[in-house]
Amino acid sequence: MNNETNSSHNGSSSSVQRDTSRPLTEEELDRYSRQMIVPGMGKEAQLRLLNAKVLIIGAGGLGCPAAQYIAGAGIGTIGVVDGDVVERSNLHRQVGHSTSRIGQPKVLSLITHLKELNPLPTYIAHTEHITPLNAADLISGYDLILDCTDNPATRYLISDICVLLCKPLVSAASVQTSGQIIVLNCPPTPQGLLEGGPYPPCYRCCFKKPPPANAQLSCGEAGILGPVVGLMGVAQAGEAIKILASNLHIPPAEGEERRPVEPTLLLYSYSLTSLMGPFTFRALKMAPRKKSCFACGEGSQERLTLEGVKRGEPNYEFFCGLGAGPKQGVLKEEERISPREFVEKVQTQKEGKYVVLDTREKEHFSFGSIEGAVNLPFGKLLSKAAQLKRSGEMTPGVEDLLPPETKVKDGEEDVPIYVVCRRGLDSQEAVEKLKEMGLDKGGKRKIVDIAGGMKAWKEQVDPSFPYL
Amino acid sequence: MSDPKDQTIDITVDFSGGLEILFSNEKHHELSVPAQDAEGKPANVGFLINYLCKTLMTDPRADLFVLGGELRPGILCLINDSDWELEEEDAYVLQPGDNILFISTLHGG
Repeated sequence: MNNETNSSHNGSSSSVQRDTSRPLTEEELDRYSRQMIVPGMGKEAQLRLLNAKVLIIGAGGLGCPAAQYIAGAGIGTIGVVDGDVVERSNLHRQVGHSTSRIGQPKVLSLITHLKELNPLPTYIAHTEHITPLNAADLISGYDLILDCTDNPATRYLISDICVLLCKPLVSAASVQTSGQIIVLNCPPTPQGLLEGGPYPPCYRCCFKKPPPANAQLSCGEAGILGPVVGLMGVAQAGEAIKILASNLHIPPAEGEERRPVEPTLLLYSYSLTSLMGPFTFRALKMAPRKKSCFACGEGSQERLTLEGVKRGEPNYEFFCGLGAGPKQGVLKEEERISPREFVEKVQTQKEGKYVVLDTREKEHFSFGSIEGAVNLPFGKLLSKAAQLKRSGEMTPGVEDLLPPETKVKDGEEDVPIYVVCRRGLDSQEAVEKLKEMGLDKGGKRKIVDIAGGMKAWKEQVDPSFPYL
Repeated sequence: MSDPKDQTIDITVDFSGGLEILFSNEKHHELSVPAQDAEGKPANVGFLINYLCKTLMTDPRADLFVLGGELRPGILCLINDSDWELEEEDAYVLQPGDNILFISTLHGG
């Protein structure tokens, strides 16, 4: 579903005239004057930008700031790909949207903003997610691609298609307080070519295998600070403008002097608790194209083809461990209680004592919990358990596993423990761990999981609960 | 001269991209590590990874750092700011003053 939103764009991308010698219009001279007088820029570089076509995949925390500067700089054709709609929780970082556009497709919302900033470029809306079926069609019409997506399966897909179609790729990612950016496949090099190298790496050369699914952090789950992801998006636009203005995406002509490829991963990492971290920006030297790379290495033409990708080979979801679905519960029926039952059978029985252990991170806990709950983050619980195990103090030291507030008087050791987390997965493991450590006193003390976590609590008990 | 078994090398080790949660939430560590492994061979990065698991890791979820005897997929190791593939990967022999950085690759955006 392509939607061209500028009447000046005259049909298919190949028919656009790439005029590299025309005079600039009055408006262009004025609008781009400050960037054109930067040493190394000038008219020729600006015309390259005006003739360039950039595809921004993802209209989120990276895509919004990247698109603003891409549009501001006067890139001639700007495509945006995203299938999501704007949500309120996006707006702290996805600054190309607005409160009044909540519920609109992100692509249309962002283009509305970009047109306001600069009406001259041709904007092309792709209001769909990129998939193995549409990826080649989306990417083929552009000169340079920005990967502003949010999951590993899509990142491998985009890189593979960029290798196959010989497109330079500027890839960035961010979560919590860290960000990364790297320029890949630039200048684009034919798939499988190694002779005469070194050649630039692709995404797979740098990141051969994705992390296991349990180690993948998403912004929705783990959080993200706006300026951290924003900086990475702005840096993507900076790299794109540099590459296009200087024709760095075109392999050097014979006899042309150019600095050799130096693949660099820029790492940005910031600490909320120290004024100056041990490092904030770090430029890391990466290896060039690898002979062993699945996508661009020796014999890769046999493994990776456009037709193959459309057929589902390789299977990106499977490769990234997403086929298995969410981890299933491990506990027996009698070890679990629903939030509603907990209220009816436990909370309202005023005489019965009990302990509620909330294993969410302290930031989540700071917004509230079940009345009387004590916070012991899951990671900390595991660390303390491991420490106790190592020191061999299983009993009686095992009581120290729980926060002091949960201490009960002698003779009350059978007071039950109810464990709750965010969505009901960690809490089940916590119940198992506490039992393994002997806190259930051989079955005398009940340790029960509150099924579905605080998410279910909000749904079943307290709709006003500030669940994040 | 002291027994070579007792000699140590001073290095710095950094974690980023969330790996720091396994190491008492500290991103930067100044360490004196044994100069030799148990067999008397000079300590290399492979030895360091094991050593970190045994001595510095506070979170028991070691599988978030090492999987199947190797650095978990999705973690890059950088030796003095260069991808370890440009050195000799885990066979790189530690030198005094080295900085070893482990970063978890990110996917969010």
